[in-house]
Amino acid sequence: MTRYAWMRLGIVVGAGVILEILCRTGVIPRLIMIPPSEMLASAWQILASGEFKGDFYFSLLNIAFAIGLSVAGGFLTGLAIYSVPLLRATLEPFLTSYSAVPPIIFYPMLIVIFGLNRIPQIIIAVMFGLVPMAINTINGLYRIRPVFLKVGRAHRVSALASVFRIQLPAAAPYLFVGVTLAVSYSVIGVISTEFILSASGIGHQISFAYDNYDNRAMYGLVVLLLAIATLLNSTLRYYSHRMLQRWTR
Amino acid sequence: MPDATRTVHARVEGVTRIYPGRSGQPPVNALGPIDLDLYKGEFLSIVGPSGCGKSTFLELLAGLAEPTAGTIEFEGRAVRGQVPEGVGVVFQEDSSFPWLTVWDNVAFGLENEGVDPAETKRRTDFAVGFMGLTDFAKSYPAQLSGGMRQRVCIARTLVLQPRLILLDEPFAALDQQTRLLMGDELLRLWRETGATILLITHALDEAAMLSDRVAAMSARPGRLLEIIPTGWPAERDSRIVEDARFGTITARLWTILRDESMKAIGRTESRESA
Amino acid sequence: MRARQVLYTAGFIAALLIFWQALYWIFGARVLTPPWTTFANAWNMLKMPDYWPDLGESIRAFLIALIFAFGMGTIGGIVIGAWRACSEVLEPLLVNINTVPKVALYPVILLIFGLGIWSKVVFGVLHGVIPIMISSIGAVRNVNPIYVRCGRTMHLTHWQMLRRVWVPACVPEIFSGLRLGFSLTLLGTIFGEFFASQKGVGFLLMNAIDLRNIPTIMSLILILVVFAVLSNSALLAVDRRLHRTQA
Repeated sequence: MTRYAWMRLGIVVGAGVILEILCRTGVIPRLIMIPPSEMLASAWQILASGEFKGDFYFSLLNIAFAIGLSVAGGFLTGLAIYSVPLLRATLEPFLTSYSAVPPIIFYPMLIVIFGLNRIPQIIIAVMFGLVPMAINTINGLYRIRPVFLKVGRAHRVSALASVFRIQLPAAAPYLFVGVTLAVSYSVIGVISTEFILSASGIGHQISFAYDNYDNRAMYGLVVLLLAIATLLNSTLRYYSHRMLQRWTR
Repeated sequence: MPDATRTVHARVEGVTRIYPGRSGQPPVNALGPIDLDLYKGEFLSIVGPSGCGKSTFLELLAGLAEPTAGTIEFEGRAVRGQVPEGVGVVFQEDSSFPWLTVWDNVAFGLENEGVDPAETKRRTDFAVGFMGLTDFAKSYPAQLSGGMRQRVCIARTLVLQPRLILLDEPFAALDQQTRLLMGDELLRLWRETGATILLITHALDEAAMLSDRVAAMSARPGRLLEIIPTGWPAERDSRIVEDARFGTITARLWTILRDESMKAIGRTESRESA
Repeated sequence: MRARQVLYTAGFIAALLIFWQALYWIFGARVLTPPWTTFANAWNMLKMPDYWPDLGESIRAFLIALIFAFGMGTIGGIVIGAWRACSEVLEPLLVNINTVPKVALYPVILLIFGLGIWSKVVFGVLHGVIPIMISSIGAVRNVNPIYVRCGRTMHLTHWQMLRRVWVPACVPEIFSGLRLGFSLTLLGTIFGEFFASQKGVGFLLMNAIDLRNIPTIMSLILILVVFAVLSNSALLAVDRRLHRTQA
């Protein structure tokens, strides 16, 4: 670990320690925040006891669906837009402006249409994640160096083989960025909808705990949620880093 | 090969390449008409000013592009629309696949053709060794220097045992000393495989020292102005520059091409001011 | 070229509206209101004084959040970026923190700031400030050292260096960050209104769910979408102009 990495670790640990002290001495009232050590203990306890198992499965399954649909849908959309010049000319400006509108605003409408179940939640999450994946797919395909395709032709590679042996690997870094974003946004989409209105799920339980002043449960669940998200992101980032290391000097 | 048996390996007749003009612009006559006979086993270079169409010519010969007029033949069969079996191409830019190791890069063509693993391993190991890459077989191209990466590309082409190898300014991105050494490598490759080699380059000295014949191409639209036989022995390397004839040949090339190069620049200038 | 682009955009919008109308014909008034009706409703809503307190509340929360996010983001980012060691340590940390789903912290913020306008503001700032900061750090650090050396060989004073070298070099990238931050702050503020608020556009939307008031829901969504798209387009236009000077 570099010197700077140690300093970063120090900052994070230091912040945690300061928070712990402030909570324990009562500067931060218990009603607002419990000490970080108790947060971790509560998280561990929830995990061990399987207290909210059903909700975890619900949320994780929704996130999985959302990731799958965002990645597949985003990839196909990006591929279609890239291949059809008319689509590209028409849609490209909209794609870049897509992030201007927070998809969450459509949630009420979807609830009224589909009812209060996982469908509106997954739809919102896909609305968050599909477009970044599409944009990165287009970018990735666009940036394939033309000489690679020439090499393919020089080796008499068939069109289908070219896609799998040359184009997809060449676009892989960008596709990977798209997948990372899709994962991130899927988590955000699912959890935020659960916060707003939901019958079950981690977000719902956190919201419920908040309403009932159950800080132990609330902070425990928040820690677990952060842990899951961090785990997902770190894994993706690790593989992305390894890929990039091979590719660049 | 020592005395090139004068069989024609590839023939180009009356070939032109005209690019249709973009909205409102007149069509661009990039190349031609060109007539050229490539003899089996010879080492031929084409030199010419920038933009004269040398690369276009190579792509036409390789089957990567189609001529607007004229015929191209390789080993008696017409070249149309796809790269014929037996032809290998090395491009100007580094085209090694960054996502594959050196070994996998070289094996690419064989694996694509479904050659069985044992045979693939044998031929790939050989090509990797031939180009001096054995120690780097498990490395990724990004970890290698420019010269090494070009060697990977050459090995990748070699492994398919091409009978005609087309190289488009393969050493353009390298420094002069590396270029000279790579030139020697190319000669060694040529002698040991017996392939016909067509080298496109803008470096007159490189063409003069490496080739059996040097063709000088005019400014756009590129036509072959003169083909100079060098008469070098097959067992040659970069030290051929000591031979007095080297200076004569290079001087002759420059005499032909100096005017053409000025035309190329002059044309660029007038286009910019238009 | 530009004319063709406008044509495509208009065509696309027209296609969307037709699609919307078609959905209405298929699914009926229980599920959707058609385009023209929605536009009319939205327009009426904006004119009715009943809605002004909520609209005002939303706009206020958003603007305050924007000021904080822009201010803290740019100033913090510039300061951190200017000091090499500081940016080496902090930038990766900020990038990491950014990947955390900030939604997870919402209940904590509510506990700290209560149910009023300040929670919403903090939500908004939370979403916007870190990307703006990261952008600003990048902008400052990525200034080509050649420019600075040129300035020194021309014996520019500190003030001149700032005005004629640093600012023009940094502004385009900082502005891109601000544009992104704008959308994110909007996201955060709106989300705040959904989650915990007794006033504002978000609150109106949540209210309308209970009443299954489709026309109101769709009009409110339309107002938000139009606002977001127009403001982003304006920022994008400025962004493009600023980046014209870049290669």
